[in-house]
Amino acid sequence: MKRVLPGFGPTLGFTLFYLALVVLIPFAALTLKVFDGPMADVWKTVSSERVVAAYKLSFVAAAGAALINGFIGFLTAWVLVRYRFPGRRLVEGLIDLPFALPTAVAGIALTALYAPNGWIGKWLGELNIQAAYNRTGVVIALIFIGFPFVVRTLQPVLLGLAAEVEEAAATLGASRWQTFWRILFPATLPSLLTGIALAFGRGVGEYGSIIFISGNLPFKTEITPFVIASKLEQFDYRGAAGIGFVMLLFSLLILIMVNGFQWWHRRRTGSLHSA
Amino acid sequence: MAGVIQNLPTRSGSSARPLRATEESQWVRRTLIGVMLLFFLSFLLLPLVAVFGEAFRQGVRVYFEAFKDHNALAAIKLTLLTAAIAVPANTIFGIAAAWAIARFEFRGKQLLTTLIDLPLWVSPIIGGMLYVLLFGRHGWLGQWLFDHNIKIIFATPGIVLATVFVTFPYVARGLIPLMEAQGAAEEEAALTLGARGWQVFWYITLPKIKWGLIYGIILCNARAVGEFGAVSVVSGHINGLTNTLPLQIEVLYNDYNEYAFVSAFALASALSLVALLTIAIKSYVEWRAARQLEEA
Repeated sequence: MKRVLPGFGPTLGFTLFYLALVVLIPFAALTLKVFDGPMADVWKTVSSERVVAAYKLSFVAAAGAALINGFIGFLTAWVLVRYRFPGRRLVEGLIDLPFALPTAVAGIALTALYAPNGWIGKWLGELNIQAAYNRTGVVIALIFIGFPFVVRTLQPVLLGLAAEVEEAAATLGASRWQTFWRILFPATLPSLLTGIALAFGRGVGEYGSIIFISGNLPFKTEITPFVIASKLEQFDYRGAAGIGFVMLLFSLLILIMVNGFQWWHRRRTGSLHSA
Repeated sequence: MAGVIQNLPTRSGSSARPLRATEESQWVRRTLIGVMLLFFLSFLLLPLVAVFGEAFRQGVRVYFEAFKDHNALAAIKLTLLTAAIAVPANTIFGIAAAWAIARFEFRGKQLLTTLIDLPLWVSPIIGGMLYVLLFGRHGWLGQWLFDHNIKIIFATPGIVLATVFVTFPYVARGLIPLMEAQGAAEEEAALTLGARGWQVFWYITLPKIKWGLIYGIILCNARAVGEFGAVSVVSGHINGLTNTLPLQIEVLYNDYNEYAFVSAFALASALSLVALLTIAIKSYVEWRAARQLEEA
């Protein structure tokens, strides 16, 4: 077919040029920095005890928060799609707050709430729970940051579920719980996993909302992006680049995972969803 | 077809309407709503309330004093300048990318789309670091820039670059699915009738994609104004010179004096208002974009 529309060459050319300038060349600079010199030096940095502790915290806290978000996000999406209650529009509107609120603002606000003398922290303190300046604080910040991902990926899927399937299950004698567990939940699982993986991916790299509430103690509450930032402050460019490179490899894995879930979702769609 | 299947009458008998087989019992519903609202309160609503509560703790006068400080004013100016460069730049890119990707078939399209999304996948700290590795004192071009007395890192250009990086995909992502769904029948008709390329864009495409475009722009702007991590790495935190609003908040917050603490929250409240406004416009635009898609 002959192209009727004009502008393919210039727009694609500009897109590639701009992409190269802003993204590709800088990424090449990072990669070259990692391999610029003896690899033993970089390896020493990226595998040092303090850095490994930071990876662990970043991944475990992000995974924990993503799973909690999977649960509470599913519940929220379900309630918003299926029930009517006072304040629903307010909740629906503010779901996206973590996307829109600057991370530094989220960080100081959560700290004000959950610090030992904060509004919620004071109350938790009486139950002997400390929710700031420790790993719990990191998870709290990550729950806030990742929350919209699960809700927003699930909402359209829950809306699209065909009512006939549920009705058929009920007619055939399934209890409400059986219908949910055997039919509705499996149908939404790929999207739920996509949402969780998105929240996880975001959480691993999160910085602004965490550093205020975590306390940034080496070996204890120091997240990987914070270590990179401090290496850069000490002008250890190669060490910082090495740690960043390790994180990029992990992000790549998560990206592949998300694509897998989405492929699974597309394969499932059609059997359980109304047209 | 989708007839309502009646279940046995509810045990509680409190509600007049019998329970449908495809609904949960009332206490299940109430528990779920309750748990959700409790989470909503402690994780979304209260943080927002806390920002304003802390900001006004010492009264309205102290609140407004925070905005008169010359470092705060400089931070506001720098933030606005940064957004004023980054948002239009990424908007032009977004339109060009969406035109190429949504209107034409070519090899590597999927790869290109993934690469455009890349900045959303990496830590903002890495985003900032990329430019430090290029333009920093010990970066690839550091020596050359130093010899020619050009400052990028720890100066405004670095802050703008880091912001461009983190806000890079927003407009393109808002436009591509919309333009793919809309198709190009009107554009092709106009061309057959003798319209020129630019005429087609201004009179047909732009009105068609208006709401999707606004959607991308406001999200891009919200991120540009509020970015912290990427900018923090390239800024150098020079008071009154290279601190954007979010960085100024950090400086004030870490100052450990009561007055600075309140000022930090006062500035944070201004950014919270921007966030709330963004959400409000976003909901409205989403609704309009959905209608625009239906009409197409």
